[in-house]
Amino acid sequence: MRRQIPILITTIAGLVFAISYFIPHDPFGESESIFGDWITIVQAFAVWLGALNLLKISFEKISSKSADRHYAAIIIVSLIGTLAVGFYDGYSGMAQDPQVSFRDPGTNFDWLYRFIYTPLSATMFSMLAFFVASASYRAFRARNVQATLLLIAGFFVMGGRVPLFDMMISPITDFPVFSWFADWIMTYPNTAGQRAIMIGIALGIMSSSLRIILGIERSHIGGGSG
Amino acid sequence: MEMISIWIAAILTLGIFSFLYKDNPLYKACEALFVGVSAAYWAIVFYFDNIYKKFYEGAVTAEEPDYFLWIGAILGLLFLTRLVPKIGWVSRWPMALIVGATAGLWMVGYFVSNAMNQIGNTISNIIARDELTGAIAWGETFGTMVILVGVVSGLVYFFFSKEHKGVFGATAKVGTWFLMVTFGASFGYTVMSRMSLLIGRVDFLLGDWLGILR
Amino acid sequence: MLSTIAMILSAIVGLSLIYLLIRTIQGHPVERRIVFVYIGLAVVLPLLMNKTLPLPVTKDVRKLYDRLEQLQPGSKVLCAFDYDPPSAPELQPMAVAFLKYAFKKDFKIIIMGLWPQGPQQAQQAIEEAMLDPIIAGKNLVQGEDWVNLGFQSGNEFVIQSMGTEFKRMFPKDNRRIPYEDIPLLQNVVNFSNVDFVMNFSAGKPGTYEWVQFGVDRFGFELGAGNTAVQAPMMYPYLRAGQLKGLLGGMIGAAEFEKVLNEKGKASTFLLAQTFAHATVIIFIIIGNLAFFASRKKKTAGAR
Repeated sequence: MRRQIPILITTIAGLVFAISYFIPHDPFGESESIFGDWITIVQAFAVWLGALNLLKISFEKISSKSADRHYAAIIIVSLIGTLAVGFYDGYSGMAQDPQVSFRDPGTNFDWLYRFIYTPLSATMFSMLAFFVASASYRAFRARNVQATLLLIAGFFVMGGRVPLFDMMISPITDFPVFSWFADWIMTYPNTAGQRAIMIGIALGIMSSSLRIILGIERSHIGGGSG
Repeated sequence: MEMISIWIAAILTLGIFSFLYKDNPLYKACEALFVGVSAAYWAIVFYFDNIYKKFYEGAVTAEEPDYFLWIGAILGLLFLTRLVPKIGWVSRWPMALIVGATAGLWMVGYFVSNAMNQIGNTISNIIARDELTGAIAWGETFGTMVILVGVVSGLVYFFFSKEHKGVFGATAKVGTWFLMVTFGASFGYTVMSRMSLLIGRVDFLLGDWLGILR
Repeated sequence: MLSTIAMILSAIVGLSLIYLLIRTIQGHPVERRIVFVYIGLAVVLPLLMNKTLPLPVTKDVRKLYDRLEQLQPGSKVLCAFDYDPPSAPELQPMAVAFLKYAFKKDFKIIIMGLWPQGPQQAQQAIEEAMLDPIIAGKNLVQGEDWVNLGFQSGNEFVIQSMGTEFKRMFPKDNRRIPYEDIPLLQNVVNFSNVDFVMNFSAGKPGTYEWVQFGVDRFGFELGAGNTAVQAPMMYPYLRAGQLKGLLGGMIGAAEFEKVLNEKGKASTFLLAQTFAHATVIIFIIIGNLAFFASRKKKTAGAR
């Protein structure tokens, strides 16, 4: 019951999607759509599982008087507060005529998105600019042929995709050497390398998928490889 | 109100940036706020765009209800059993559906798009011709050859069932050169991307907040 | 005034890098916070200069523009907004430029998102596009000229399901108007009823999924705007014709603005982007000069 049913579900779902690629007609076409509907709903519940789990962990931190309890309290208040605003805007918007979406400009939820969520998330990721620069200074060395190739490609791509370097050599030549070479690297060697990686990954995914569909790989249902 | 909103956004931005000096309580508070708000943001969007619009209005309040959607909702609820350790094993059922369906979809999708189409494009039209005159386009032909050599040698490098020695080893070595150039190009683009994100935030601080950018 | 001060400061900061080089070669690399200050200045000072640079348009951007130019007024274009605020500095300028162009050319725009934040970013892009006097003069109507279908969870499964029927994944639009009551969507059943698909993507799900589970299965034409991190991975698709054109990162956005003759955010950021690249390159050069100097010293010491 604990193992057999999940294996059966995995196999049936996998076969339906694989077969319907080649035979998009019923029963495979319709089954594929029905399964697709279920997956979209299950994923929505999965997100709620994440949010509820975050709440649970945060409450546990507070009750165990952990050192991080103050931050856990911020998480709880901000999570519940945002949920309350979202539900209020969502349902009150439905009651209006014409209906207003919770994400429409002017709603409280949109305000949270623009002035709380956006600055926090965008700044968090923008900090990577500092760390990538610091790492380049401290660790990016031409130690051998491979590292030198990496460095040269990076140098030409960084220098060639912006106009300054071609402007610097413009007294010598009108030909945009840097941008031409950056473009050449992207179009040919980069395509070759990316394609080799892509083909390798595709073959790997094929074999893994087959193992999952045939029930040989069971780690997702709490078992190892069979 | 607009001014207060911008000030709040600016304080939060500076709060996150304060980490660059060192880890501090303001940064941690902003981080916690980010975690809470973003988790709730996702939950609300998934609720209204999916659970409400797709399931509730499709299976419960619709004139012609789609009863199949109930199975999706039940599977979704089973996912929540993970919160209760004793019956958490039931959550493997919806997990099995997602993993199985993804495996089936990816198996063919990846093979067609990322293997067959890429191999086909690599080995076809190696001698490129000018579209107007029909003459051999030497530059493009050279580029196509570069791609052919790069793909073959790169794949040889990824083949670990045979020891990388002799001609095979030399080919694999050429493959690593191509991969290094690829990683270098990706590094260049990554720097470009990260700097763009920083420019976006600085533009907000100098423009929207301080108002010194025209 | 501010611009002149910024230029003078840039020159001073540039010269101070020589000191940094000497210190690093002497074996005293500067601590990371000093590097942070330089990066900060490399972004702040050029923004204050308020200058733009001439930029050549790459063939990948030109290809997209040429394909869009072939579309007739009234063409239906599906726009997938698959990104969030952290990627907005790169993708939002592309989206705004694209929407301005599309509205001016009288394309009918169908918006959707595989990322929860996507439709909200689209909403902001539309607001900005509507500020253009030419577009404002057209008095465009939501539901007739453009529609926001909102977000749907399910990643690639959404694309696969839309191949049969859009309505199945988006029974109502963002304002909860039923699919069949939206004038723009009359006669739009699936991908075969749209003339072009444009995807703004910051990762997964995004252009990868649109190519694999959309283009290669249902045969529509796809153009993409990607973050710079993702763009190099799209070149195989571009070469194989699975993508009709590619805008890569903020530079791609600036090129797109140039080819469309729209002065947008990306063009104004170009100088800052250039200075930032130059600073990283200089830091790499300094680091490597110090590396070679120390190696030389070690070799001489060993002798």
